[in-house]
Amino acid sequence: MESFSAILIEAIGLILSWDPDVIEIIMLSLRVTLTAVAAACLIGLPLGAIVGAFRFPMRTGVIVAMNTLMGLPPVVVGLLVYLMLSASGPMGVLGLLYTPTAMIIAQTILVTPIVAALTRQVIEDLNGEYAEQFASLGVGPLDRVLALLWDARYSLLTVALAGFGRAVAEVGAVIIVGGNINHVTRVMTTTIALETSKGNLELALALGLILLVIAVIVNGLLMAIRGTAARAAYV
Amino acid sequence: MSEALTNISAHSAVTSAPLLSARGLCFDAGGQRLIDGIDLDIAPGRCTVIMGANGSGKSLLLRLLHGLIEPTDGAVSWCGQPLDRAARREQAMVFQRPVMLRRSVAANLRFALSVRGVRGAKRKAQEEETIARARMDALKDKPARVLSGGEQQRLAMARAMIGAPRMLFLDEPTASLDPASILAIEQLIQEARDNGTTIVLVTHDPGQARRLGDDLFFLHGGRIAETGPIMQVLEKPTSKAAQAWLSGRLFVPNTP
Amino acid sequence: MFRRNFLGFATAGLLALGLTGPLTGSAAAQDNFIIVQSTTSTQNSGLFDHILPIFQDKTGIDVRVVAVGTGQAIKNAANGDGDVLFVHAKPAEEKFVASGDGVSRADVMYNDFVIVGPPSDPAGVAGMSDVAAAMAKIAETESAFASRGDDSGTHKAEQRLWTDAGVDVAVASGGWYRETGSGMGATLNTGTGMSAYIMTDRATWISFGNKGDYQIAVEGDAKMFNQYGIILVNPEKHPNVKVEQGQQFIDWVLSKEGQAAIADYKIDGQQLFFPNAS
Repeated sequence: MESFSAILIEAIGLILSWDPDVIEIIMLSLRVTLTAVAAACLIGLPLGAIVGAFRFPMRTGVIVAMNTLMGLPPVVVGLLVYLMLSASGPMGVLGLLYTPTAMIIAQTILVTPIVAALTRQVIEDLNGEYAEQFASLGVGPLDRVLALLWDARYSLLTVALAGFGRAVAEVGAVIIVGGNINHVTRVMTTTIALETSKGNLELALALGLILLVIAVIVNGLLMAIRGTAARAAYV
Repeated sequence: MSEALTNISAHSAVTSAPLLSARGLCFDAGGQRLIDGIDLDIAPGRCTVIMGANGSGKSLLLRLLHGLIEPTDGAVSWCGQPLDRAARREQAMVFQRPVMLRRSVAANLRFALSVRGVRGAKRKAQEEETIARARMDALKDKPARVLSGGEQQRLAMARAMIGAPRMLFLDEPTASLDPASILAIEQLIQEARDNGTTIVLVTHDPGQARRLGDDLFFLHGGRIAETGPIMQVLEKPTSKAAQAWLSGRLFVPNTP
Repeated sequence: MFRRNFLGFATAGLLALGLTGPLTGSAAAQDNFIIVQSTTSTQNSGLFDHILPIFQDKTGIDVRVVAVGTGQAIKNAANGDGDVLFVHAKPAEEKFVASGDGVSRADVMYNDFVIVGPPSDPAGVAGMSDVAAAMAKIAETESAFASRGDDSGTHKAEQRLWTDAGVDVAVASGGWYRETGSGMGATLNTGTGMSAYIMTDRATWISFGNKGDYQIAVEGDAKMFNQYGIILVNPEKHPNVKVEQGQQFIDWVLSKEGQAAIADYKIDGQQLFFPNAS
């Protein structure tokens, strides 16, 4: 195996060469992951906010379930989605197996519990601060949830980021439901798995490095937004 | 002297129909009785002051009266009817530490207006009017949470006065403010009184109680130890608890 | 106001990322593809990258390859998740056809298996061509051997060879016989890491990039012949199968042109697969 500097040079070379295949893989990775995170937020944010803002029977059970589902093994999710979307499965007629949509579905299932559970925590803390004022103003349930979500928006960026981190680095689920088909469902992580199995460890690590850089950029952007918000005491 | 006379004559008005009443109000927490059988009536247009040592149950009583928490026993009635969410919308409360939404000054006011169903051009007009009345034009686009403590409390007062509530609960609104801010808040409270808002004020400051209040309830151990016109209780307290507190001593029952 | 802001926030985010567009190519190109369930050896060796563009240029059909172990490929195809099965485990393929999951089976090509090992050659099998004798020797000396252990075509072939050699590897599992439960590449990475002998198909070995100082120890036995077959998934059982395009692909692979394309694929001047369609 070569030294890390060789891997670094390979990674930089990969980016500089602007190889259309590599760019395609990076773009698909981002498209699948960001769509899945957006979908997970559409489900997880309201769900987490409702559980965080209200008291109801079995609430503790719901919280335990959400926290447990955060640790769902990706391979298990991949298998469940495969069984659903398989031609002999209940949703086989949709023909979604081995498409980016299938990968988005699997990652949405993986990320939604993370978004919901972390949102629940953030909203519960904020609700502790706001609850009396809201009760005094006579704020209704819908306005309350929306106001809490809006006021927690910068903290929730971090929640979305946690979901993004899980999704972008995940390989077990997307390789099963996507099939790692060249130019169709091949993303960064499945390419890394493939190149590793071909014994091209330098290329695999170089791709890993690019993945890391993307994660750093996304993190940096969100932290910059959060920093600006913190100066306005909006966090 | 004339002030005392007015107070006494006004006090006799308590016999007219009360705006808010509590009967047999009790509240337990952690196996302890924190509010122990309180009966009171608050007449419209008056400023009622609640005083008492730390832990005597002042803030708790205020929250029970405003309906923020449910009593263990007894009931609060509003205009002779049970207290519900609709009734609470005719009331407002300002807390010791103002709760500011993570938004601009103007957006904080907008939120309170929206909650009360005021929308569109009408909301815009009321928003500007409220900002002007609170003298916060220069601050309206600033994030509310970067304002000073005094400015935040002024905003909280302005927000509470939206929709002209009939009753305003104030829980030590000036406890951690500098003298200039205290003056500004007291002016706003006075304005509210002058506009006919009934006020229930919790304070530790006898001077403030004198400046603003008509009637006084003195709490001790979750019960009303003494009540009466404010000057009377402050100058000639009859209960041991009030005497001890006003002379700066800690009152423990059963000590000679 | 804040409600509108909130929705705006979410929508703007989605639009900015350009996520609302279609997720797969244009509508016209979307349907003109088939899915081939195949094995890691054909994929990792680069064979598909060589032959599929030729087929697509000719027919316009996009062949999407899902490369997994033969065992999983057959199961996926039996679920109807694919139009064509292209694997290397003849008995399992015949069972697949007999059970009605496949239409019929045809030989496509072969390559052969080899046993690779470390230069120290602890079992002293380097240069042997009698695979049964070599495997018996590995067992006797209890030299480390890394097996796929994943029910793949290679794994099944390896199991047959152990039986021929009269060795019961089940008792040695976890000892000198180590089952990785992974694909060929992963097993090669693991096996070379622990100086174990590994049985691999020659194509994967030639194209493998992490050989280290490993060399081929055992090769050339007729028993190590590795036949690939191709099967159209049965449309009577799985109505979603794209019969016409799938059959077109099979016909092409078995045609003179397809067979020539397979023979033509070389790495470092070595031919990896030998077409033998009848």
